[in-house]
Amino acid sequence: MAALQSSTLEAIVGNQAQLQRSWLEALEAKGAARNIREQDLRQETRDFLQLVIDGLGRESSTHIGAEGWEETRRFLEKLSASRAQVGQESHQTAFFIFALKGPLFDLLQAHYREQPALLAEQLWEISSLFDAFGLHTIRTYQKNREAVIKRQQEELLELSTPVVKLWEGVLALPLIGTLDSQRSQTVMESLLQRIVDTGSEIAIIDITGVPTVDTLVAQHLLKTVTAIRLMGADCIISGVRPQIAQTIVHLGLDLGTLTTKSNLADALKLALSRLGTTAGERV
Amino acid sequence: MERIPILQMGEFLLVTIQVDMHDQLALRLQDDLTDRIEHTSARGVLIDISALDMVDSFIGRMIATISGLSRIMDAETVLVGMQPAVAITLVELGLTLPGVSTALNVDRGMHLLRKRVGRP
Repeated sequence: MAALQSSTLEAIVGNQAQLQRSWLEALEAKGAARNIREQDLRQETRDFLQLVIDGLGRESSTHIGAEGWEETRRFLEKLSASRAQVGQESHQTAFFIFALKGPLFDLLQAHYREQPALLAEQLWEISSLFDAFGLHTIRTYQKNREAVIKRQQEELLELSTPVVKLWEGVLALPLIGTLDSQRSQTVMESLLQRIVDTGSEIAIIDITGVPTVDTLVAQHLLKTVTAIRLMGADCIISGVRPQIAQTIVHLGLDLGTLTTKSNLADALKLALSRLGTTAGERV
Repeated sequence: MERIPILQMGEFLLVTIQVDMHDQLALRLQDDLTDRIEHTSARGVLIDISALDMVDSFIGRMIATISGLSRIMDAETVLVGMQPAVAITLVELGLTLPGVSTALNVDRGMHLLRKRVGRP
């Protein structure tokens, strides 16, 4: 495929103001200009057109990974981020780019009226270039979103595993939310480490905040309990709600030698009696 | 040749593993310990593995075997001081050491042993 002709670039440069005007109209008509100040939009369209013109002058390739398009890429990344901030979706940002195609095609059609073969070729080149621009904004938008999700996931993981000391020698771990493999690993590690640090003999895992207990969750719990026992401490599971008890029995799960209590208070009472103290005594 | 010392404390035997456990060492410990139990007619064995920070399935199985052996020879066995990483590894390997008593540290392990053999 032949590269863009210099006369195409000249046509764009010569009609820059006209292009921008039609582009703004197209954006307005499709409602893509909502939530954005007219002044900003005018500025953005002018900047982008200028960048495209500069880029076309510098770079013969329409592959946007090329060096000559770096500034344009950076502009699009910034645009995508700012659009995401005002709550626009990815396709709206992409439409910002695609809306320029219409006016541009009209311009080229007028310019190459006498040379249909050349017109088709140049249209194809311009079209693929703008498609790549549009896709780039979507990709950036997606990447930003994924970064946010990943950060939140990590924060959630850290937030959700607090090990609290209930009594001298008694640790409690209130679990909230679903237990997956990664989380149960974090939970197990932090609980075991705290048992070593504090020398606690009894750990209570409270599952009141765990919405469902399936075979996988039960397996994770059993693993944690076994590891605690291997280290020489005891473990009590508390907060087993009626629905969860039913599920466990219906699934036929064997909780083995696990001690379970319906609430944290009962578990603490049991823990204290095993330690040989009662709640009234000072430890 | 390297070997793991077995200390006698009254009617209990104390085994402290302070070096990297390799297979030959574990097998030797097994022989030594059973001999010592027979010799001293010990009532209890305390195995301290707090310095052990790496185990494989063989060592895990050896720990279980040694505790089983001493139990058969009428000596209560308590395993003390297992590190979190070791506990997690053993669980992941499926070695849950059923029937082996455990304690957090030597002090508590001794306490547990005395209780087990009926001496306060």
